[in-house]
Amino acid sequence: MKAIRIIGRSFRDAFKSVGRNFSLSFASILCTTITLILVAVAIVVAANIENATKLIEDEFSIVVYLKKDVTDAQLENIQTDIKAQPNVEQIDFKSKDEWKMDMEEYSDTFDTILNYLDENPLFNSISVKVKDIEEIGSTAKYIKKIEGVESVKYGEGMVENVVSTFDVVEKVVVVTVIALVLVTAFLISNTIKLTIFSRRNEIEIMRLVGASNISIKLPFLIEGFIIGLIGSIIPICITIYGYVILYAQMGGELFTNMAVLIKPYNFVFFVSLVLVVIGSIVGMLGSLKAVRKYLKI
Amino acid sequence: MSFIELKNVNKIYKNGITALADVSVAIEKGEFVFVIGLTASGKSTFIKMLYREEKPNSGTVTVGGLNVGKIRNRKVYKLRRKIGIVFQDFKLLPKLTVYENVAFALECVGMKEKEIRPKVLNALERVGLKEKVRSFPNELSGGEQQRVCIARAIVNEPKLLICDEPTGNLDPETSKEIMKVIDNINKDLKTTIIMATHDKDIVNRMKKRVLVIDHGILVGDYAKGRYKAHESN
Repeated sequence: MKAIRIIGRSFRDAFKSVGRNFSLSFASILCTTITLILVAVAIVVAANIENATKLIEDEFSIVVYLKKDVTDAQLENIQTDIKAQPNVEQIDFKSKDEWKMDMEEYSDTFDTILNYLDENPLFNSISVKVKDIEEIGSTAKYIKKIEGVESVKYGEGMVENVVSTFDVVEKVVVVTVIALVLVTAFLISNTIKLTIFSRRNEIEIMRLVGASNISIKLPFLIEGFIIGLIGSIIPICITIYGYVILYAQMGGELFTNMAVLIKPYNFVFFVSLVLVVIGSIVGMLGSLKAVRKYLKI
Repeated sequence: MSFIELKNVNKIYKNGITALADVSVAIEKGEFVFVIGLTASGKSTFIKMLYREEKPNSGTVTVGGLNVGKIRNRKVYKLRRKIGIVFQDFKLLPKLTVYENVAFALECVGMKEKEIRPKVLNALERVGLKEKVRSFPNELSGGEQQRVCIARAIVNEPKLLICDEPTGNLDPETSKEIMKVIDNINKDLKTTIIMATHDKDIVNRMKKRVLVIDHGILVGDYAKGRYKAHESN
């Protein structure tokens, strides 16, 4: 009962003091808002880059051309052998007749040329999707050695370039997001520290009249939580409306149709959730850290 | 064992200043004791030792059976709930009304609203401020603010009331009234009172037990009415 009363009073006091120390609370809220907007932008950019690289990487596959004299039994063996590779995600067999039909459909010129020939000059092929794009080279090398494989193509050179570029971009983005979150934490906790500094008398008096440390900390903790919560409202609105509008404006594509933007729904809510969590936790920890200073003798 | 006991208490601050040197004294329940001395004599340290604002470097301080020096930081509140403290600078919260300031002490302890109200009004009546419950501290005179501070200190019905120069900021007339309030608390509630002061008039007039501290040493312990401050002191 007593604990509930203390918690109830802490909530009441927290709301009261956000109101009574409005200018300082406002400073904390503003600081939270601004930094969280930066964090939101960074998360949106990071997630989209991550998404785009994934999609582009998914486009890469190894195309295995089979020798003309491969029998059905051999084909079976080759397929099982490739599938057994740890880096292989999925394989698709495409017969030379299927290729022919595709090409004939694609253009009349092919149609004429192919029908002119007695025999289908195309190869049976297997397209191989890999799990890890960075390992695509060695997987291709292995497949090439399998009995019955004529040749292997996977966009050598280009793949390696794309992969290493994306790698760097990804690292930069991740570091930026982490740095921004840390800066946010630092700024918020510093601002809250200032507001608490102005109320050290209150803390001193609470201690002198016999308030336990927990009941002193609790209102400040809740206050930090409220500040973080209020501070994340505007960033969340900006994220939701901003991203939906951006998505519509850009037609869901990131400059080329190779990379599509992440669909706004669910994604914006996920980012909002992250912002609320960062805002409120950092707010709480910031004020906790600041109060602690005044609870020591 | 006495209610309050100091045994061979030493306190040396980090800057090397000796505030208390080998102080031993015993105070019984219900006593009214003045602690006097010049500025920087160590009387403030003596007072602070009792509510564990300072810890002794050596020796023991016992208040109501609690070894004060040994209380952990987290547990200090247990001691503070048993004592009331009145300060020279009142230490009221400016944004709370008189009522709220006094109720604050009970809310911190987690008391029910129903129990708080009569206790607060009772304490305010005792100090003669029942009409000002809705005022804010800055609307009150110095004497009235000190009354609020006293009400806050006694609202929890402590066994010990510590007063650190309660009249230091007040004119002689107001000081007299405040001393009357404190004396009545001692008489009516049997509260033990320890009061640091350098107001000779008060000490001479009240004729209570007097401890004299000089340069951190307890140089005199005068029984009730034996002490007479001289002009040279």
